[in-house]
Amino acid sequence: MTLMILDPTDERVPVERQISKRNGTITGTIGLLDISKPRGNVLLDELERLLVERLPHVKVNRYRKPTFAKPCPDDLRGTIKSECTFLVEALAD
Amino acid sequence: MTEFDPGFSLPDLDGLLRQFPSGRPSLVCFVKEDCKTCNLAMPVLEAFHRAFGKRADVLLVGQSATGNATLKERHALTMPVLDDGDCSVSFAWDFEVVPAVFWTDGEGKVGTRFEGFVRSEWQALERQIGDALDLGLSEVNWLDYPEWRPGCGSRHLDPEVNERLRATASNNPMRARRIEIASADDEAEFMFDQGFSDGLPLVPPTPERVLRMLAGTKRGAQDIVAVVPPNMAPASVEKVAINAVMAGCRPDYLPVVIAAVEAVCTDEFNIHGVTATTMGAAPVMVVNGPIRHRIGMNMKLSALGAGSRANATIGRAVRLVIRNIGGARPGGVDRSTLSSPLKFTMCFAEWEEGSPWSPLHVERGFQVEDSVVTVFAMTSGPVLIVDQESRGADQIAGSLGLGLEGAILSKIHRMPMDALLVVCPEHIRTLTSEGQYSKDRLRSRIQQVTSRPLREMVANEISGAGIPRAAADKMSHEQLETLAPKFASERNIHIVVAGSEAGKFSAAFHGWVTGPTGSMSVSRKIETS
Repeated sequence: MTLMILDPTDERVPVERQISKRNGTITGTIGLLDISKPRGNVLLDELERLLVERLPHVKVNRYRKPTFAKPCPDDLRGTIKSECTFLVEALAD
Repeated sequence: MTEFDPGFSLPDLDGLLRQFPSGRPSLVCFVKEDCKTCNLAMPVLEAFHRAFGKRADVLLVGQSATGNATLKERHALTMPVLDDGDCSVSFAWDFEVVPAVFWTDGEGKVGTRFEGFVRSEWQALERQIGDALDLGLSEVNWLDYPEWRPGCGSRHLDPEVNERLRATASNNPMRARRIEIASADDEAEFMFDQGFSDGLPLVPPTPERVLRMLAGTKRGAQDIVAVVPPNMAPASVEKVAINAVMAGCRPDYLPVVIAAVEAVCTDEFNIHGVTATTMGAAPVMVVNGPIRHRIGMNMKLSALGAGSRANATIGRAVRLVIRNIGGARPGGVDRSTLSSPLKFTMCFAEWEEGSPWSPLHVERGFQVEDSVVTVFAMTSGPVLIVDQESRGADQIAGSLGLGLEGAILSKIHRMPMDALLVVCPEHIRTLTSEGQYSKDRLRSRIQQVTSRPLREMVANEISGAGIPRAAADKMSHEQLETLAPKFASERNIHIVVAGSEAGKFSAAFHGWVTGPTGSMSVSRKIETS
């Protein structure tokens, strides 16, 4: 069930989730999350190869959701949050 | 209701959509499973279906999916049973009682309609349909049926169902952008993320709640209450109602919120400046008149504090209007250095019945029977003024004055700045212990006891504030001995009565820049029914 609410503002700003601010540098650990849709791993394999090649100082971790049809399990979410600075999620086939 | 559109498309129990009108004459009957009269009529409808079904549609429209299945099984129905579980078609057809019967032509135009079970009406309908279709009568044995049975209220009129239907009907009065919060999102978190909140949780402004809120005023939902700075955005009654819902208001508070929004958005009050100042000013709202009692405002024990829904949410709603419609947010136009809890909410009622004086609104030119909200731009308070010892009228008045002397900086006098003094009942008793003690006399006393020679206001090693040393050097001895009261004018001193009957503790709110270049207090009459 979704909940419908009415906009309390003057409606001059679009209602949307904002993406996090980018600081222009990549450090720490990048997580690559395969949501287990077919061929998501192909995309992520290639992305991992490029990241390792271009950003040798960065660590890359791989994760996989049990199924793409359901939200990411809390445990996996917690693991990713505690281990990663960035996350790339391969959404579709 | 807008012009009646009878068309619908509803699934039967097998999930197949049935269109109406279908081009064939139709008998449409709305029922609900737990209505005894509907169950009584069921064999009649089934008999009509068998008798007339080859030339007309006989459609049973049930008001709950599970109830429909039960009806079909219980009465071994062969006619189509359509699911109007959300009651939207029932709402559109606008009847009150089930069974509700409609005989229509092929284009959906209603010829005959009735509700409940009056045997003669059903018999007449049987003859009408038989004649129209050139068919005989059905096999109903009318002697098996009572002459009359009342029907039951239709489910679309159940309050919670009706509210939802009115909120989503095409003629609903609401025009605000609708925001769908995904099921995976927590609505409270979502509203925080969107910046709608003052930092505390909000009540989600669903269309149903906003519709309920709008019932609190006679004004049209799209009437413009005010243009709200700093964005100069027009605030419709609907937008104010949305923010009132979020603040937690009841519908009967809405007229107070509307009047307060009107007041703060005047040029005199200058909510833009009040919001923007680094001093951290905010509206303090005082409500007078009969509405105080009608909506349960607090004017006695804890009047300036937490615990009263009306006090807390009316003030908060006004703040949310300024934040959300006006776009005034801390770090944006709001540049308060420290800010103040007044920016969450500050609204209370005057305890007129406990006051020896004319109520604030009467003093400001309104009738005693008017309900009025007055807004003051204040930067701090309530600052307590404690005197448990004074027993003389002038003594307590003197203490109230000394309590006010600390406003902004005790050293600074002749300030063109308002103060709002809230006198508690025990101090009122002392003040009037020797007879009448007018507000003007109290104002004079405040000015008298706070009068200090200008030399005390000269910048020195203790405080560099006040009259600059160089300016003081040019002043004569007489000039420096001139007495200066705390306030530039007695008109800067506003006085109301509130608080519990126990405790010798009054309080003051300290103002901002008062006058045409700052803010002036404004009163607005509250719409009452």
